[in-house]
Amino acid sequence: MSRNAKINALLLLLVAALAVLPVALGMGDGKEEPFAGADSQAESAITQIEPDYKPWFSPLYEPPSAEVESALFALQAALGAGVLAYYFGLRKGRRQGLAHNRGEQAGVARSRGEQP
Amino acid sequence: MHIAEGFLPPLHAVAWGVASAPFVVHGARALTREVKANPESTLLLGASGAFTFVLSALKIPSVTGSCSHPTGTGLGAILFRPPVMTVLGTITLLFQALLLAHGGLTTLGANAFSMAIAGPWAGYGVYRLLKQFDVPLMVTVFFGAFFADLVTYCVTSVQLALAFPDPSSGFPGALAKFGGIFAVTQIPLAVSEGLLTVLVMRLLMQSSKSDLVRLGVAKLTGGAARTEAAR
Repeated sequence: MSRNAKINALLLLLVAALAVLPVALGMGDGKEEPFAGADSQAESAITQIEPDYKPWFSPLYEPPSAEVESALFALQAALGAGVLAYYFGLRKGRRQGLAHNRGEQAGVARSRGEQP
Repeated sequence: MHIAEGFLPPLHAVAWGVASAPFVVHGARALTREVKANPESTLLLGASGAFTFVLSALKIPSVTGSCSHPTGTGLGAILFRPPVMTVLGTITLLFQALLLAHGGLTTLGANAFSMAIAGPWAGYGVYRLLKQFDVPLMVTVFFGAFFADLVTYCVTSVQLALAFPDPSSGFPGALAKFGGIFAVTQIPLAVSEGLLTVLVMRLLMQSSKSDLVRLGVAKLTGGAARTEAAR
């Protein structure tokens, strides 16, 4: 593994550790609902401050269950990851194509007895 | 995590919408200008938008025992300047409001202000500031992305505290409460976002150095700089 790849792997490992540690260390223990979303916590804080507050608008479309919702979130991440992968794949292909062409040209030049 | 649908009183919802609108319009113009002037930017623009899409879909556990998600706006703000990121961020928010019931249409103005305007500008400001002092590129990128992420949720806390001041302790009390929910939760996530943005920037340095040079992010080095200097 090159030094570059090692650094990249280390970065990913650090991110994974940052996500896993709070769960592994049980930082959600003793909570009513461990690792609930910050947005739903804010909603309950609002009802605490202003018990009479009623949301005056509801989402036009709401995923029918938590499973469908997580599927849609996964879809969002997959769309993004797909575009990113396309970008980096295309770039890599172009770079390799360029290097390949240069190699071929150099080969042609050599066979003609020219300096590449 | 954005402010949920209907959870800002109408007056606040309208006010944040009015505050955000000029930034979005200006951003849309900046975006079309960029695409017209540099059609080869389109791919990298798509990649920046895609990065925001991925990162804002990932709900990650945090030290507070709750979950939140990064924003992914630092990368685009550094590459294309904040106005362009405003458009990409607003599109992401709209997608989440319409399909995922996450955030909302009535709170779109407020959420766009925090995630697509305040965050990108704060991150970009930190990035430019550090750049002035010749800090290594990857360090400037880390802190740019870190602050873009964290400031987003500080602004969210302020928005909620303004709308719902605590009956006894007023705005400061409410700010402490919402800040504890959003901003503290966000600190480790902002670190993660910084690291991931550095990772993507490293990959871009390998694959798209010429684009980064054109955008003023990277400098010409080594062989390329010598050929340039020889001209």
